[in-house]
Amino acid sequence: MVTTPRAKPDGHDITCRQAVALMTDYLDGALSEDDRALVEAHLGECEACTEHLRQIRVTVTVTGRVRDEDLNPRAREDLMNLYRRWQADREP
Amino acid sequence: MVRIARGYVRSQAVAEEVAQEGWLGLLRGLDRFEGRSSLRTWLFRIVVNRAISTGLHERQHLPVADSELGDDGGRFSQDGWWVTPPVHWADEAVDRMVAPEVAARVRRFVAELPPAQRQVVTLRDVEGLPSADVCDILGISEGNQRVLLHRARTRIRQHLEQEAVW
Repeated sequence: MVTTPRAKPDGHDITCRQAVALMTDYLDGALSEDDRALVEAHLGECEACTEHLRQIRVTVTVTGRVRDEDLNPRAREDLMNLYRRWQADREP
Repeated sequence: MVRIARGYVRSQAVAEEVAQEGWLGLLRGLDRFEGRSSLRTWLFRIVVNRAISTGLHERQHLPVADSELGDDGGRFSQDGWWVTPPVHWADEAVDRMVAPEVAARVRRFVAELPPAQRQVVTLRDVEGLPSADVCDILGISEGNQRVLLHRARTRIRQHLEQEAVW
């Protein structure tokens, strides 16, 4: 049996794997003009990659929320004590 | 800072100590600070330096492992198209993003990442530092940094999906 490689869907200059691989660079604004245009053209035609990009944005947002519960009260108190000591040392 | 230090040393207690020393280093060095980078970047740099020297002492300092730069895990066919396209949940997730239990789960996902990915995603997405500062703090190239960030985000996204956090 002869298998024929699947053709790229119409209008796609890059594959979904390539588009996904470029998404972090895309979000960072680190792509060349040409590559950015390729990614955006792909996203314009590919609902799956567009959803993936939305999910990555949600992921970045919820990861940013982790910081809110950063310091436990004991660690905060330790730091404040250090700061007070440092300030006291600086007094002439 | 404790999370960053934890990537280099063996125990939580040592990481907390290193982070505290970082603060002390910052407070002592404030007079010397010349404003060449943001204060936070400078502070993280101090913590990483101390963590590295402590971690080297513990023989625990881990550079970027090749396995952390691996492939996408078979989500795509050989010719590069989705085998299983992502199921839709991004829109539904928006209302749940502020839920405290979601942040707690994500904290665990971050903690489970390989060390270099954890460092990068902590500094970029948890602490919100710019790319150039993160490269400076961790002493890695922009390219490596983005590969690690990409892996980390991809993995966290997968966890969010698989564990039906939403």
